Amino acid sequence: MTERHSTVFWSGFAVILALLIAAPLVLPPFWGRFLTEILIWGLLAMSSDILIGYTGMISFGHSAFFGLGIYGTAAALLLVDPPNLFLAILFGLVASGLVAVVVAYFSTRLRDIYFAITTLIFSQIFYVVIFTWTSVTGGENGLAFTRPGLGIPGLYVVRFTAETMHWFVLAVVAGSYLLLRRITQSPFGTVLQSIRENEARTRAIGYHVEHYKIVSVMISGLFAGLAGVLYALQNQFAAPDFVFFLVSGETVIFNVMGGIGTLVGPIVGAGFFLLLREALSRFFTEYYLIPVGIIFIAMVIFMPQGLLGFMRRWLNR
Amino acid sequence: MTIPWDLFAIQTVNGIVTGMILALVASGLTLIFGILNVVNFAHGELFMLGAYVGVLVLATTGSFWLALVAATIIVALLGAALQIVTLRPLVGRDPMTTILATFGISLVLQNYALWQFGPVARKIQEPITGHFTLFYLDYPWYRLMIALLSAAIIGGFWLFLKYGKYGIWIRATTQDRVMAEAMGIPVPWVHTAVFAIGAGMAAASGVLFGPLVGVDHAMGLPWVLKAFIVVVVGGMGNLGGSIAAAIFISLLEAYASIWVSPSQAVIVSFVVLILTLLFRPTGLFVPTPK
Repeated sequence: MTERHSTVFWSGFAVILALLIAAPLVLPPFWGRFLTEILIWGLLAMSSDILIGYTGMISFGHSAFFGLGIYGTAAALLLVDPPNLFLAILFGLVASGLVAVVVAYFSTRLRDIYFAITTLIFSQIFYVVIFTWTSVTGGENGLAFTRPGLGIPGLYVVRFTAETMHWFVLAVVAGSYLLLRRITQSPFGTVLQSIRENEARTRAIGYHVEHYKIVSVMISGLFAGLAGVLYALQNQFAAPDFVFFLVSGETVIFNVMGGIGTLVGPIVGAGFFLLLREALSRFFTEYYLIPVGIIFIAMVIFMPQGLLGFMRRWLNR
Repeated sequence: MTIPWDLFAIQTVNGIVTGMILALVASGLTLIFGILNVVNFAHGELFMLGAYVGVLVLATTGSFWLALVAATIIVALLGAALQIVTLRPLVGRDPMTTILATFGISLVLQNYALWQFGPVARKIQEPITGHFTLFYLDYPWYRLMIALLSAAIIGGFWLFLKYGKYGIWIRATTQDRVMAEAMGIPVPWVHTAVFAIGAGMAAASGVLFGPLVGVDHAMGLPWVLKAFIVVVVGGMGNLGGSIAAAIFISLLEAYASIWVSPSQAVIVSFVVLILTLLFRPTGLFVPTPK
């Protein structure tokens, strides 16, 4: 990356970050909360982009990691007294990390469509377990909990407000973005991209493709779990719906709409999708998925690069 | 633990009946995959729409058989239209894009059904209401009839593939697309026809299965999941393997539900899938690949 390119990137990053920091102070509460949600779903979509955009594997099972992140957080907040923010994050990450190890081990033996189906089946296993294990997970009713304070327990703790929640989420998402960006630009990330481009050749050069795939699924699962933790903290409840396949499907939609292989694209896609839903549900009420589905199909056919790729091409013209 | 033999026998019959319907759903899916290289995420929705068309035709004409035929034809035509509009532009692109497109279709169709027909489940009246005694149960003849009809549809389709002129076109396209095109076979239309046939088979199974559970907009998802499992366990694109796997998995689930609730018995088929993928990734019922 050239010097100039890097300057442009960091100034752009700083401007957007500044705008996002200022946003909750300017926006009305509804839209402030909306923006926080976009960031959380954006993190989920970004985590899945590691697989779709960089390693070239479409996961239809990200709801498992996301949902286990939520239930892990719920476990920490319900079992440990007094509730502790860092323990909640730890529990969520451990839960989704464990799931990610299992899913990664089995599903990476398969490619393309088989990978997609296997991840889907795994997420359904966790869905069935959570849905039917009523005594622990609350079954269909889910679990409600209160969120812990922000700060270092024992030293300095404040209650979360809408603004501090937004800044907390923003900090986590921005940090994750920088970390994921670093990962994708590292030698490891380059190997992932070469697997996407030509798996046989990558193997022939001498890379142990399976190991790289397993690690990429685990990284992806951990960040999806982190998104789950944020979602749990924001909404203070866990429900089996978050483990359901529809969440995985929406994650893929975010990616395709925003533009895969860009990390920022999926966040843009999540924002675009949520805005579309917000706008269209005024006219179509709960049937907003009909027009959204049609737009999605059209984008798959006519705009395979997603919004971001489309804009980039348009700017370069 | 004593083994409840009578329950075992009942569940065997149940398993075979469900297995035959599943085989009908899965053979459409495996056909579309084997020939178009498309994983049809919308297959469950075609199944569901078939059942709804069946409900509507049954309500207006009162004839179950007419409903079965009409649903098959209407959904097959819908399938052809969907294939032309959404999948044809994607020919030659990464096969993964077809998953995305069919996933979009399934969202649209499912929500369309919810919008059009509402969330309340509809009922299809079964055409024959007779029962016979199976141990202490009154077992409906209709269930056995479904199994036979499914077998007949699959068998008829197999004969068509084997001996019919267009069946031979389909097999030729599967084996070598380019060569088939060179021999004058209109490959794009063969693809459309195959998608339509698969859609029609899904619709037929939807109508057949409707009387057992009731018809609602979400009925497709569990079936498409199971059909995916069957298709993978049986070997993608392998018709005979899919049928064997459908019966095998349905029997296992039926036996499992003697001890656990049916919603938990689903996990058995998930486990079968994972074990298959680990040890025989090309499918349980296919000879070891060359």
